[in-house]
Amino acid sequence: MGSNMAENHPVAFRWVAQAKLNGATLIHVDPRFTRTSAMADLYVPIRSGTDIAFLGGLISYAIENEKYFKDYVVNYTNAATIINDNFQDTEDLEGVFSGLKEAPQGSEQKYIYDNATWQYKRVEPWDPAKAREEAKKAATFAEMIQRMVPPAAEKDPTLQHPRSVFQIVRRHFSRYTPEMVERITGCPKDVFLKVAETVTANSGRERTTTFVYAMGWTQHTHGVQTIGTTALLQLLLGNMGRPGGGILALRGHATIQGSTDVPTLYHSIHGYMNHPDARKAHDTLADYILTETRPTGYWANFPKFIVSYLKSMYGDAATPENDFGYDWHPKISGDYSHMATMIAMAKGEVKGALIFGQNPATSINGALQRRALMQLDWLVVKDNFETETASFWYASPEVKSGQIKPEDIKTEVFLFPSAQVAETEGTFTNTQRLIQFHEKAADPPGDCRSDAWFTHQLALRLKKLYADSTLPRDEGIKNLFWDFDYDPGTYPTNTRIEGEPDVFKIIREINGYQTGTKELLKSFGDLKDDGSTTCASWIYCGVFPEEGKLLARNREPDPDNKPGTNLGWGYAWPANRRVLYNRASADPDGNPWSERKKYIWWDAGQKKWVGYDVPDFAATKAPDTPAKPGATGLDAHDGKSPFIMMPDGKGWLFVPTGLADGPLPTHYEPMESPVVNLLYPKQQHNPVAKHWQHEENQLAQVGDPNFPIVLTTYRLTEHHLAGAMTRWLPWLAELQPELFIEMSPELAEEKGIKNLDLVKITTKRRSIVAKALVTPRLRPLMIDGKVVHQVGMPWHWGYMGIVTGDIVNDLTAMVGDPNVSIHESKALCCNVEKLQ
Amino acid sequence: MAVVLSRRRFLKVSGAAAGTAVGGLLGLGIDVRPKQVRAQQLRIQNAQVFPSVCPYCAVGCGTLVHVVDGQIVNIEGNPKSPINMGNLCPKGAATYQLHVNPNRLTKVLHRPPNATQWEVVDLDWAMDRVAELVKKTRDETFVETLPNGKRVMHTTAIFSLGGATIDNEWNHIQQKLMRGLGIVRIENQARI
Repeated sequence: MGSNMAENHPVAFRWVAQAKLNGATLIHVDPRFTRTSAMADLYVPIRSGTDIAFLGGLISYAIENEKYFKDYVVNYTNAATIINDNFQDTEDLEGVFSGLKEAPQGSEQKYIYDNATWQYKRVEPWDPAKAREEAKKAATFAEMIQRMVPPAAEKDPTLQHPRSVFQIVRRHFSRYTPEMVERITGCPKDVFLKVAETVTANSGRERTTTFVYAMGWTQHTHGVQTIGTTALLQLLLGNMGRPGGGILALRGHATIQGSTDVPTLYHSIHGYMNHPDARKAHDTLADYILTETRPTGYWANFPKFIVSYLKSMYGDAATPENDFGYDWHPKISGDYSHMATMIAMAKGEVKGALIFGQNPATSINGALQRRALMQLDWLVVKDNFETETASFWYASPEVKSGQIKPEDIKTEVFLFPSAQVAETEGTFTNTQRLIQFHEKAADPPGDCRSDAWFTHQLALRLKKLYADSTLPRDEGIKNLFWDFDYDPGTYPTNTRIEGEPDVFKIIREINGYQTGTKELLKSFGDLKDDGSTTCASWIYCGVFPEEGKLLARNREPDPDNKPGTNLGWGYAWPANRRVLYNRASADPDGNPWSERKKYIWWDAGQKKWVGYDVPDFAATKAPDTPAKPGATGLDAHDGKSPFIMMPDGKGWLFVPTGLADGPLPTHYEPMESPVVNLLYPKQQHNPVAKHWQHEENQLAQVGDPNFPIVLTTYRLTEHHLAGAMTRWLPWLAELQPELFIEMSPELAEEKGIKNLDLVKITTKRRSIVAKALVTPRLRPLMIDGKVVHQVGMPWHWGYMGIVTGDIVNDLTAMVGDPNVSIHESKALCCNVEKLQ
Repeated sequence: MAVVLSRRRFLKVSGAAAGTAVGGLLGLGIDVRPKQVRAQQLRIQNAQVFPSVCPYCAVGCGTLVHVVDGQIVNIEGNPKSPINMGNLCPKGAATYQLHVNPNRLTKVLHRPPNATQWEVVDLDWAMDRVAELVKKTRDETFVETLPNGKRVMHTTAIFSLGGATIDNEWNHIQQKLMRGLGIVRIENQARI
C-alpha cells in the first residue's frame, strides 16, 4: 500500500516476485494501477488519502471476527493495560480526543493536544512533578532515573475491562465497517472483504504478512498515523518481530536512513535523541535528562548516550563540572523544518543557505520556495549539475516571464561542483538500516570535491576565524572538537586532491571510543555517563569495533542465501540485528511460534537466545525471568516482553506518549478534499495539522466545484525525485523525456481531452501544463454515491537539464503532518482543462 | 542461430529456471554463459575493480566500479551483493553517466549580487568567501537568550539543507559544524 514498488524500488521488488514464485499472495492497494498492480494477485483501488479508513476496516474486521492472534496480543502488546479514567475517544467527542486546546497565537496550527488524559492508569497515585523534584536531588544520573520510575500500570489480562486498551481500540474502530470503508475509500465492499480474509488468514503461528509502504502513506497531514494504523494492525495479527512480517518502509535516497540516524534534521541529535529545546524543561543537562529519559526499558540508558554525544562534540573541554558543554550546545525554540524555514526565508528572516544535493526550487509550492530564495543574502549550492536551485536567479519561470529581473535579485550565489559516489569513500545506510561502505575508485575531475572536503575545509577556516574570540557566545565553536585531518604520514598518495578529511576518523567518532585510551568501543553496552566514553551515535556503536575492522565493509553473503539474514554483509544497526524486536518471533516460553516461522528462540541448554539473527533481547535473559518491581532499564521487564525500547516492553496498540495527534489513528480527510469526512462529519481534517499561512499558500475549500478532481503525485523508474541526478544523463533523459498527466478515459471524455493533448492543471496555488496520457490505469471512484475522478502526475521535471518540463510541485501546498511536518502532495484538489 | 520466441514463452521458461535470463535461455537449450564470461573479461581487462553502492534509492544495491588509468570506465551491479545479486534498475545502470558526463560541472561558479551572469572563480577564494559570509551572518544574528530568559545560543538566519544523498560521514561533520556554530535550521530530504 502507498508504494509502487515494482517501478520505484524495482530491484527490491525482485524479492517480492521471488516470494510469489514460492507461493506468496501479493495485494496492491493504490489509487493508480501500476506495474506493481500488474504483478499482484489482487489489485484494490482506493481514493488517495483514505488509507487509514481502509486499514481501520481491517482492524475492525480482525477484532469483530476474532481473527487477531490472541496469545501474541495478550503477552506482547499493551492490550491489557487500563487507561486513565479521564480519557475520551473520538467516539465520545465526535472526531477529536480529550486534551484538544487552542494553539498559541501565530502558530501554523489552530489546535494542539495535551496528552495528560491519554496515560496509563497506575496501581497507586503518582505525581511526576514531585518525583522530578526528588530526582533532581540525586547524586548520580542512575539514581536520578531510579527516582523517576512510576508505579506499575493497571492491567486486565482478560481484555474485558471497558477501559482496557483492547476495548478502547475495539470501540474506536467499530465505525470502520466494510460499508463505511466502501463509502470513504471507493473500494467495493466485496474486494475489501477479500483483502481482510486474505490478510487475517495469512497471519498467526504458521504464517506472517508484511506491509510495504512508501510516500503514498507518508505524504499526508495524517502520514504518521497511517503508519501507526498499520503498526496497530500488525501487532493485533502478531506480525511484528517475526520473519516475513513487519512494516517495510521503502525510502527514496541512498542514505536517507543514515541522514535520519546521523541527523541533518533540526529536531533531533544523534541516535533519535530529541534536540535540546528552549520550549521544554531542558534548562540544564540534568533537566534535559529528566525530561527525555524513559526510566524503564532500554532508553533508561539515555544519560550514557547524551553524555557520550557531548564528549564527541566538545572533547576534553566537556567535563562533569561544565555539564559536558551542554550550555554551549544550541537549543531550538520553534519549528525549523523545511517548509517552516522557507516561509521564514520568504519573510526575509533567513539570510544565508548552504544546500547540498537537494533542490528546493522544485519542492513543495515551488514558486513560493523560489520566491524565498530571492530574499537570501547568500546561497551556496553544491551539486553535480546546475540545478534549478542554483539557477533560480536567471532561469526560473518568474524571471523568464519578466516578472522579476536578475538585476533586482540581491542574492550572492555560489555553485560548487561535487564528487560523486565512486569518487569518495564512505558509508550509506539503506532502508533496512544496513550500513554499507563504498570505496573510492578515482579522483573527481577539476574542482569537484567531496562534500566532506567542503565541510571540513569550511570548519577549518571558521575555527581559525574564531580562534582569538573571547566572547562567551563563541565558546561552542572554539571548543568544538575537530580532529579529522589525516595523521602525519597517512594521507593517501594516489590522489591529486589535498585537504580531504580522514573518513575513518569520522567513523571512529560516530562509533565511539574510550576517552582515555582512545580504544574503539565494541557495543553501546560499553557506554558510560561519566565522560569516560566518547560516542556521537550510540545506535551506530559497534560498526567499527576494532582498528582495521569496519563491519560496514563486510562483504561475505550467506552461501546460497541461507539462512538469508546475511549477517556477514554490511552492518545493520543496532548491533547488526536484521529484524527488530525479534524476541517476538518466539512464543512467551521462548519456543518458535511454529517450525515454519522459526527465527530466534531460547536454548535452555546453552541458557541463551539463539537463531538466524542477532537476538534483539538481553542475550541470556530467560523467558521465565520475572520483572523487578521498581527497577530501571530492562530489569523492569520480564522475559516475555520483546519490545525492549518501550517503557513497558510491550508493543503499543494505544500510544500514550510520542504522538501529536492522538493515541489512536483516525480517518480524516486530506486538507483539500472533494468530500466531507463521512466518519466524523464535524471533524473534516486532522484537527492539529499544520498549514503555513501565506498569500501564495491557500487551500481549496471542501467540495470546491472549481477543484473537483483528486490529484496525486508519483515517481517513475527512470528518474530520481526532482531529476537533478537523472535529467542530465542522456540515457535516462531519453527514456523519460517529458512531463505528463495520467487521467481516465471517462474524465478525458468529460473534459474533451484526447491522448497527447496539452492540458492545463490548476490548483488553488498555480497552473502548469502537461501532456495528457489517457489510460484506464486510473479509474473514477464512486464515493458515497458521487463520482470522484483522480489524476496522477510524476514530479521529476524542472527548467534545467537535458529534458525540462513544468514543476509539478508548483501545484502543491505547504501543509504538514503535526508530528514530523511532512507535506501532503499525495492528495490535492485540482481542475484539468484542455489547453486552448 | 535465430531463435524466435514469444515474450510470454520466454518469461515462462525464465521463471522455471530460477528467474534469470541466462537460466531462461538454458531452458531453451542455449548457453550464453561462455560469452558472458568473455564479455566480462573484456570489460575488466586491465581494470581495477572497486565495490561501491548505488547512489539513487535506498535499496542499497551493490555496484562494481571499473577503473583504467585512473578513469572510471564502467559501473555495473555487484553479483555478490545479497541485495541485488548483480541486478540494477535503469537509474542504477546509468550511474556511470553520473560520473562521466559532459554536462557535469568542474569549476566553481559565482554570481555576485544583482549580476546577470555566472563567473568562474578559484576554489580557495570561494571557500574563504563562504567562511566569511557564514561568520558575518552568524555574528549579526546570534541569539544567546530569548526574551523570556531561556538560553538558546543559536542563530535562525542560516539554513543547512541536504544529506540524504551524501555519505553518513558528511552528515556527521555537517551537523556537528552547524550545531557547533549554533545553526539550528538543519534539514534534509527525510523531512519531505
